[in-house]
Amino acid sequence: MADIFDAYALADAWDEMFERPGEVRAAYEPVLAALQPIEPGELRFRADQMARAFTDRGVTYAFAGEERPWPLDLVPRILDALEWDLVQRGVSQRVRALEAYLSDAYGPCRAFEDGVVPWRLLLNSPHFHRAAHGIEPPGGVRIHVAGIDLVRDEAGDFRVLEDNVRVPSGVSYVIENRRAMTRIFPSLFAEQHVVPVDGYAQRLLAALRAAAPDGVGDPRVVVHTPGPSNAAYFEHALLARLMGVQLVEGHDLACRNNRVWMRTTRGEMPVHVVYRRLDDDFLDPLHFRPDSVIGCPGILSAAQAGTVTLANAVGNGIADDKLLYTYVPDLIRYYLGEEPVLPNVESYRPDEPGQLDAVLDQIDQLVIKPVDGAGGQGIVIGPKADRDTLERTREAVAADPRGWIAQRPVALSTSPTLAGDRMAPRHIDLRPFAVNDGTDVWVLPGGLTRVALQEGNLIVNSSQGGGSKDTWVLAEGPAERPHVLDFARTGGTHIAEDPDGGDTALDVVPRQLGPDGARGVVQEGAQQQ
Amino acid sequence: MNDVILSRIAEALTWTGRYVERADATSRILDAYLHRLLEDPWRDEDVACRSLYAILGVDAGAERVDMQQVLDQLAFDARSTCSIEGALGAARLNARSAREAVSSEMWECLNSTWHALADQRLAARRTGPYAYLELVRRRAALFFGLADSTMSRDDSWRFVVLGRSLERVDMTVRLLSVRVLDAAHAPDWPTLLSASGADEAYARVYGGFGDTPRVAEFLLLDRDFPRSALHALTTAEECLAALGRPRQDPARRPIGRMRTRLEYLDLAALEEQLPLLLHDLQQACTASAEAVAERFFPYQGPVEWAQEGA
Repeated sequence: MADIFDAYALADAWDEMFERPGEVRAAYEPVLAALQPIEPGELRFRADQMARAFTDRGVTYAFAGEERPWPLDLVPRILDALEWDLVQRGVSQRVRALEAYLSDAYGPCRAFEDGVVPWRLLLNSPHFHRAAHGIEPPGGVRIHVAGIDLVRDEAGDFRVLEDNVRVPSGVSYVIENRRAMTRIFPSLFAEQHVVPVDGYAQRLLAALRAAAPDGVGDPRVVVHTPGPSNAAYFEHALLARLMGVQLVEGHDLACRNNRVWMRTTRGEMPVHVVYRRLDDDFLDPLHFRPDSVIGCPGILSAAQAGTVTLANAVGNGIADDKLLYTYVPDLIRYYLGEEPVLPNVESYRPDEPGQLDAVLDQIDQLVIKPVDGAGGQGIVIGPKADRDTLERTREAVAADPRGWIAQRPVALSTSPTLAGDRMAPRHIDLRPFAVNDGTDVWVLPGGLTRVALQEGNLIVNSSQGGGSKDTWVLAEGPAERPHVLDFARTGGTHIAEDPDGGDTALDVVPRQLGPDGARGVVQEGAQQQ
Repeated sequence: MNDVILSRIAEALTWTGRYVERADATSRILDAYLHRLLEDPWRDEDVACRSLYAILGVDAGAERVDMQQVLDQLAFDARSTCSIEGALGAARLNARSAREAVSSEMWECLNSTWHALADQRLAARRTGPYAYLELVRRRAALFFGLADSTMSRDDSWRFVVLGRSLERVDMTVRLLSVRVLDAAHAPDWPTLLSASGADEAYARVYGGFGDTPRVAEFLLLDRDFPRSALHALTTAEECLAALGRPRQDPARRPIGRMRTRLEYLDLAALEEQLPLLLHDLQQACTASAEAVAERFFPYQGPVEWAQEGA
């Protein structure tokens, strides 16, 4: 029988679902079995339904000036318990090392004195803010939320592609993807125990409350959004709603006497923790860009005075600078005394003597990235770029070696993705999210899998036309708990199955009393002439 | 910890309630008018349409107006908040900016309605506007139904209801004003009743057809009908009493005064007092809305910085 996987030809990369043509990896067996018998038309129908549901819920993003439903592919990306254990340890290790680096860089600067990282890396960084020096964050946490981008290379090993410790976004899509998948495709979840993702907001709130200034008994946490026009506004609103806290814009806040207040209908109320979703540059016009109308003047002074905690902290940009990225394995060894769990992608540092020439010589075989680009902007993939682009890049790198890094091109792993009415391999990455509450770095099981929807494309950002996949982490051992389908089949009458007998069982549902209508209907019907 | 709401959110909630109610009321009025026009082919379309414009406070212009233009301007114009589509769009934007304060279901109701309007509008060009108008009324009912069943009865809820109540009074007053100010060209009493969705309720209370000035009495003074001015004022006053100061509340005063005036009105004098009464009602609502804005939504413009010595 012909099915949607028939024409699936493996690309020249690690495939997440198939070991070799026709041979499926164990974790994917149940999903493949569930998907295979489905007609292409039926899949398309479900995909359309999903798009409609996203549009109605307002889960959209702006692409080329148009409001589009969030693109979620129907085939999940699956990580088994072992793989996840590795990822989770690696991500948490990385966050701990970056925390240590930040606290060092805004404090004693030991790593620079000891020659682990060159001074110029810190002093040249546009994200190194003197204003952040000396802010001692409660619990020592500067990275309350991190998003570490991982890829799987040709051999199937996870590698870190970049760190995001300023305002990483995308976690709302993890939550929404799962919500959509369980509704549109409940049968997929039937055979496997997928670890839920809905604990994120609770963890985040706990971490934010734990980050409150000392001595505040019942801290008030707010989410600070640039406003409804921001591409991630949906996420800001979702997090605020799930945490049950206020979603504030800059002009909802006011600073007086180094305290932050928010304007409410019952007067001004003190604010203790600001989960801010805008860049340092716009946060406080008194310290940074004076033309910012979305920030809150004075908020940084309040943070310096210790009356309010900013999450994530100001100045974190020095830790997710892509040039620093090349030093993170050393930082892990230096600060933690551990070997890195997840390796980097092999990289060149054009700002070091000798390396610049090496980069320029083989620029057509490397991936060139600006050190503080976001959203896939400015990346040049050597083997795919035309002569003009390469020439321009060569000049740009030669002119500003500190502004670029070069990496070996990694053929990102592929995953079957619905393209038209067939499955085709598309490149994917993974962004796990970590929450640091000061005692523990917790990693949300799964994370955001982004997929490049065009064939062969290696850039997965949604701003570049990328899609996403629901990311499953399988629990160890066989599925045990009653899953979604069971509940649907029994009509939700679990209450009646009380093993101890009648005591706690509920009464029958009340129903309207009155004469039995049957006779009345007969008589009423007979009045017709 | 969520015992308070941001001023910006409170304002957005008030306007959400207001705009949804406005879309609902406008749809009812258009429906009643269209129906009347079809039933009475001798009516002057231009005159009838002009009175519609007058009710909704839109300038009709000097040209002859027909029903299609009415629909284009009062139903389908997304740029004007006096039209159905504009009001729903504004409601959606307000709800969006208060996304964490309205329940998800309410937001989805507005958002999916907004997305459904384009298709309905196309259909309306072919098969007439009834399905469009009905969709609007149903979704408005759904919205307030969801508000009723998913929002806690806290201040957020009160701001939504306050907005809706003030808009209700305003719409009822507008309907009656046309009849009072320009009786010759105004819609007849039964049309007024059905434009307020009150025909069946009226028939039950007074028995029979609403072909008398008693309709005005019903629309203004009925204690039980939710769209009557008295009922809407009472609801608005309850919200304000819970929101504001216990006494000397500048937002509550005009509403409370108007409510008592309506309650103790001498029915015999109603007809003669009607123009003044309607005028005062509108003034009271405006005054109260302004006092609410001043007290609860103090606007803070963006801060501008001057370069020292520049």
